[in-house]
Amino acid sequence: MEGHSVTRVALLACGSFNPITNMHLRMFELARDHLEDTGNYRVVKGIISPVGDGYKKKGLIEACHRVEMARLATESSDWITVDAWESLQPEWVETAKVVRHHYQKLAAVEQNNDDVDTVKFAKKRRIEENCHQGSSHQRSRDSPQLMLLCGADVLESFGVPNLWKQEDIAEIVGRFGLICITRCGNEPQKFIHQSDALWKHRKNIHVVHEWVTNDISATHVRRALRRGRSVRYLLPDAVVHYIQDHELYSAESEQKNADVILAPLQRYAGASSS
Amino acid sequence: MATCRIPLVLLACGSFNPITNQHMRLFELARDHMHRTGQYQVVGGIVSPVSDGYGKQGLVLAQHRVAMAKLALQSSDWVTVDEWESRQPDWTETAVTMRYHYGQILQKYKKTTGTLMDSNGNTTFISSPSPQLKLLCGADFLDTFKTPGLWLDEHVEEVAGRFGLVCVSRGGLQPELAVHESDTLSRHQQNIFLVREWVRNETSATEVRRALRRGASVKYLIPDSVIEYIHQHNLYTEDSERRNKGTVLRPLAKQAQKPVNSLDD
Repeated sequence: MEGHSVTRVALLACGSFNPITNMHLRMFELARDHLEDTGNYRVVKGIISPVGDGYKKKGLIEACHRVEMARLATESSDWITVDAWESLQPEWVETAKVVRHHYQKLAAVEQNNDDVDTVKFAKKRRIEENCHQGSSHQRSRDSPQLMLLCGADVLESFGVPNLWKQEDIAEIVGRFGLICITRCGNEPQKFIHQSDALWKHRKNIHVVHEWVTNDISATHVRRALRRGRSVRYLLPDAVVHYIQDHELYSAESEQKNADVILAPLQRYAGASSS
Repeated sequence: MATCRIPLVLLACGSFNPITNQHMRLFELARDHMHRTGQYQVVGGIVSPVSDGYGKQGLVLAQHRVAMAKLALQSSDWVTVDEWESRQPDWTETAVTMRYHYGQILQKYKKTTGTLMDSNGNTTFISSPSPQLKLLCGADFLDTFKTPGLWLDEHVEEVAGRFGLVCVSRGGLQPELAVHESDTLSRHQQNIFLVREWVRNETSATEVRRALRRGASVKYLIPDSVIEYIHQHNLYTEDSERRNKGTVLRPLAKQAQKPVNSLDD
C-alpha cells in the first residue's frame, strides 16, 4: 500500500428528511462500506442537509423540527452530522449551490467554528481531525472530496423536465461526484447510459446495490403516524419520541403546501421553455 | 360489552440469530392489526429463541442469542424474552412451546383475577374473557407447514386450531395461498390473522450475519447494543457460520422417527 494515495471523502445527503428514517441512515453506512471497499477512499464525514421550508413540498413540516429529528437520529453515529445551513435559507437553494457551500466549508474548516452547526463539540473535533490528518502526507493539506449521496430516484429525477438545471447536473456530477444507492429492480446503469450528461461523467458516479430490500420511505412513516400506527424500529426511538412529544404528523400537516407548486418547478418552468 | 376485549399474548419462535429490527417490527405490526379487529387487547409479546438442539447451520449459542434479544428489547414496554425453550436440551416442537407458555399465562391470569375478586368481593370477574396465545410469524412460516416431515399433523391442528396464528406478510398473496392449499389451515381460517406490511423491509438475520462476516456495517438494521455485544463476543465469523454444517435439522430427524403423514395429500 506504500505510495498508494487514499482519497478522503465527505458524503452529503440533501432531501426533505420529513422525517429522517433508518433507511436514510443506512444509505450512509452502505455508501461508506462501498467506497472504502474499493481501497481508494476513506470516508471521513457524512453530512445531512435538510431542505428549507421554501421547497414547498406537500406535507413538509417546519425545518427546525426536521433538523432536530435528524440531530437526534445521528447522536449515536461517530461520523454522520447534521448541517442546518440549507434549512435556514429563506428560499429554496439549488442542490448545486448546497454542494458548493459545503465544499467551501470543508476547505475552510478551521475558520467556521462559529458556524451554525448542531454537532456536539467533541464529535465535531473528532471529525475535523479526520478531515485534516490526511492518511497520505502528500494530500494532508487538501480538503476531502465531497460527493452527493442519493437514492436511485434522485438520479432518475435528473430526467424530469424543469426540476434541474442542466449546468447544475454537470457541476454536481462532473466537479464533485455522486454516490447512488439502488434497490433491486432499479436500473441506474441503464439510466446513466441513456443520459449523455451522466454518461460523460460516469466515472464520477458510484452505484451501490442494496441487496436487502429496505424501503422505509418517509411518506410511509407519515401515513402510519397519521393513522395512529406504530413506527417503532423504522426510525430511531429518540425520533419517535420527539414526534410524539410535538404531535408532528397529522392529517392537517399533510395538507401543508397542498396546492403549491414545488419551488424548483416554479423557478425553472418559465426559464427552460427553450 | 364492546369494551370486553380478549387479552392476547403474541409468541414468536425462531432462531433470532441474531434478533433484528425487523423481528421487533413484526410485533408492532401485529399488535396494531389485532387492536384494529376490535376484539383483542394485546397484553404482551414473547420472543422465544430456539435451543441449540435445533441444529441449524450457523446457529450461535443460545445464551448469546438470548442475551442479544434481551438487549434489543430493553426499550420495549411490552415484548419480553423467555428462555424456557432455549434451555431445553433437545429441540422443542412449537406446539409444545405454546402449551408451556399458555400454561404460564393462565397461571398469571388466575392470580390477577383472583386478586381482583378478593379486593372487590365480586365473583363476576370470572366471566371476563380468558386470555389467548397466538403464534406470531412471517409469511414464509406458513409455507413450512407444507414441508414434508417438518410438522406433525396434530401439531398443525393444535397451533392453528387451538391457539391461532398472526402472520405478517409483505405485499403478495403468498399467505392466502398457503392457507388455501392446506386443508388444516383452511379449516381454521378464522383463527389465522394475516397482517399486510406494505413496506418491504427484509432485514433477514441471514443478511445481517453475511454482512458481519464480511466486515460490512449493520448499523440501523439491528440495535446498537446488539452490535456492541456481537463485537465484544466476536460472534459471527466464517467459523461460526460453519457450525452444524451437514447436520440434519432436528425437527426433520426427530419427526422421521415417527410415522408422519405428509400434509394434505
